[in-house]
Amino acid sequence: MALDPGLRRGDGDNEYSRPMVMNRALSFQVFRHNPRDPADAPRTQEYSLDETPGMTLFIALTRIREEQDPSLNFDFVCRAGVCGSCAMVINSRPGLACRTLTAGLPESIHLFPLPGFELIGDLSVNTGKWMRAMSERLRAWLHFEAEPDVDALEAPMPPELAEQVYELDRCTECGCCVAGCGTAQMRADFVGAVGMNKIARFRLDPRDVRGDADFYEVVGDDSGVFGCMSLLGCHDLCPKRLPLQTQIAYLRRSMARQGLW
Amino acid sequence: MKLIHTDALIIGGGLAGQRAAIGMRRRGLHPLILSLVPAKRSHSVAAQGGMQASLGNCAKGEGDSEDVHFEDTVRGSDWGCDQIVARMFAHMAPKAAREMAAWGVPWSRVRSGEHRVVINGQPVTLLEREAAHGLITARDFGGTRKWRTCHTSDGTGHALLYAVSDRVIAESIPVHDRKEALALIHDGRRCHGAVVRDLVSGELAAYLAGATVIATGGYGRIYGVSTNALINEGMGAALALETGVARLGNMEAVQFHPTAIVPAGILVTEGCRGDGGLLKDVDGYRFMPDYEPDKKELASRDVVSRRMAEHMRRGKGVRSPYGEHLWLDITGLGAEHIDKNLREVKDICQYFLGIDPAREYIPVRPTQHYSMGGVRTDHSGQSPWLAGLFSCGEAACWDMHGFNRLGGNSLAETLVAGMLVGESVADYCASAEAEAGCATALAREFLEREQAELAAIARGRGNEAAVALRRRMETVMTDSVGLFRNGPALAAAVDELADLLRRSRHLAMRCQRLDANPELVQAYRLPRMLKVALTVALGALQRTESRGAHFREDFPARDDRHWLNRTLASWRPGDALPTLDYEVLDVMHMELPPGFRGYGVRNIVEHPLTALRQAEVDELREARLDRHALQSQLMAFKQYLPKRYRGRNARLDEPLP
Repeated sequence: MALDPGLRRGDGDNEYSRPMVMNRALSFQVFRHNPRDPADAPRTQEYSLDETPGMTLFIALTRIREEQDPSLNFDFVCRAGVCGSCAMVINSRPGLACRTLTAGLPESIHLFPLPGFELIGDLSVNTGKWMRAMSERLRAWLHFEAEPDVDALEAPMPPELAEQVYELDRCTECGCCVAGCGTAQMRADFVGAVGMNKIARFRLDPRDVRGDADFYEVVGDDSGVFGCMSLLGCHDLCPKRLPLQTQIAYLRRSMARQGLW
Repeated sequence: MKLIHTDALIIGGGLAGQRAAIGMRRRGLHPLILSLVPAKRSHSVAAQGGMQASLGNCAKGEGDSEDVHFEDTVRGSDWGCDQIVARMFAHMAPKAAREMAAWGVPWSRVRSGEHRVVINGQPVTLLEREAAHGLITARDFGGTRKWRTCHTSDGTGHALLYAVSDRVIAESIPVHDRKEALALIHDGRRCHGAVVRDLVSGELAAYLAGATVIATGGYGRIYGVSTNALINEGMGAALALETGVARLGNMEAVQFHPTAIVPAGILVTEGCRGDGGLLKDVDGYRFMPDYEPDKKELASRDVVSRRMAEHMRRGKGVRSPYGEHLWLDITGLGAEHIDKNLREVKDICQYFLGIDPAREYIPVRPTQHYSMGGVRTDHSGQSPWLAGLFSCGEAACWDMHGFNRLGGNSLAETLVAGMLVGESVADYCASAEAEAGCATALAREFLEREQAELAAIARGRGNEAAVALRRRMETVMTDSVGLFRNGPALAAAVDELADLLRRSRHLAMRCQRLDANPELVQAYRLPRMLKVALTVALGALQRTESRGAHFREDFPARDDRHWLNRTLASWRPGDALPTLDYEVLDVMHMELPPGFRGYGVRNIVEHPLTALRQAEVDELREARLDRHALQSQLMAFKQYLPKRYRGRNARLDEPLP
């Protein structure tokens, strides 16, 4: 079972907690390592900052870089919680740093790069490379029958179905589910909840011509849906609160049925 | 020297660049995409409210057509756009929306029967046709006469970017991410690719290409507070500018969006107002009807932003530790509507403000949002001054937005421009010109120059702090080149930016590493950003009129007599300032001659030919031709489109023959 459904999911610590004026002195323990420098040993480095109202980890890390250490690597792009770039391990929990308010954290903040991905440096990891490889392996794109006639009316789709597809389409490939996955820590080839959710999304979409036999080919083994141990860290940590628990369960049942045929 | 050959190099992995690459691939080319970040993290992903396409499916969209969309776009631009391009765009937008439907975008769909909406603060019941059930629906947006904005909840950019990125993967198009183009390789006449830096290893490589496409998005980050992603630093514009040959168009045309949250500057979609949200002041009073009784909250963005600022100047703003703001009230839409159609807005309010927008007001104020200006191209997307250099999307000025972009027209533009420029590039690559000459020696020269420059920057023995210079640039742009502009402030801004540019060449560096080093990245981008900022500030100083988003307090009239033109900026090597010149917009070829947009008080200095052209247009309209025949008489445009895209668009009310 997923723990505390609805309450601790995503970066749930922030839920409707108003940014407060705390005037705390924050201590950041930040992972540092340059994997391209053989002489550089992995370590943590401490930085101190006075907390300001509404401070997020984006604001805090930017200030550390601008005021204290210009060499610190991290990845922010949209800084609005939609692009999935800034996932990191925040006090032992994977989450999106840009939308994590320091007000919801203790004075001592420990920041580590996401495990399971190639380290670029410090807090920056190569999620993009991992996600592209996963997409290629799972053939995670809509397989349509023929190119559309773009002059003609579009094919209708039931409004409810479009909403259901969008629900699964909202994944931002941030990598939190992989970082929080027991199987992924043991098997480098595990597709993670992100991969299984993509298959579930295309399986639900009537525009995709593939059937369960095709999906079985890509996720019907221990690197796919049968490798999942149902620990469901993915479900607890997903910043978009995707219904990963039910989707993985449905997919596993369908793939088991397919495998028995 | 590391050399990579490709048919077409696309710089930028957002919607425009990726869609262009797919078109090239389908024409048999092998394109390659460069991206600062993994392609799915591009700023296109942050677009929320939707894209305009005149499908006319939903009840409030009935009667819509390319004609209405075209006119809305031209009015929105304050007659600053290229009307041929606006026509091409309005014709293509339905095709783009339908292609996306086929590629897997889960567009929100029409549900037949009655449903409740909020219009002008009042609940209204709409009846959707049975025949439209399941077709793509649309919401209302500012400055449009029909509900035309197709959307997937309020995550439209995400849904589109993922569908297009997935096709890029499906069609095996390589994306070299975490790479940055530092300079275009060119001989003054033709572009041959770019010198590219690997942002992880620091290694430089020369990418030699038949065609090079700049699709890098906007330059919002030259301002202190912007809704733009952090990567939108105008590096595409700088690449073109630094050739000394290619020119930028209308750089002073910068849009401020009415509703970014305070203080984070994160956008909440125009869909909030389109769906019935209201703007309120410190007293909880809805003020927009007093200023714009007709369109109210749904006037064009430039108008709403100025009215908000005006209202705050009258002391009606809400004071906060982060400066004054106003309120966006969407509580009237109800929790159910917000949960389904404005869920990103809800998330943003929750995480960055700690509020529930179904119960509380959202603090907002106008914030830099969109760059109408960019790399100047012709209708095909090619630079008229540097062959083989193309541009599309927000990075380009081809120029469909003029001096103000309508909400929902940018997402649509990314796809439309990608579709068209992909074809243009394929045509160009098949031409004799593209095949001419291998530029290896030239590539080496450019690469070695960049290498030497980087090494000099990294040594960093100057005494200037990059962060301080950058903050100053952002402040100058926000204070003096913002929503309201005037001559003295702009002149001072140009002087100070030029001084900052000089100082930016003498930076002190603490970290000398040449591989992944954010300090080095900031150091080499800063002078480029300042050059872009100078084109904006100088363009604004010299344009002594008010048009769209460019508002001069000392020249409040729209002056068609002197300024019905497009600003062109180039930067000659060694100069301290950009060189500006102007290209005329030809009134006698306009389908929609200059007129009054209908906001505030009419304040226009007429162009001497406007009345003449209007009479011509009126005469043609009286001939009672069908709308397609009339349109082609007024301003033929289909010859600029690839043959495959010239067909008419079907609608429920206008079936194809």
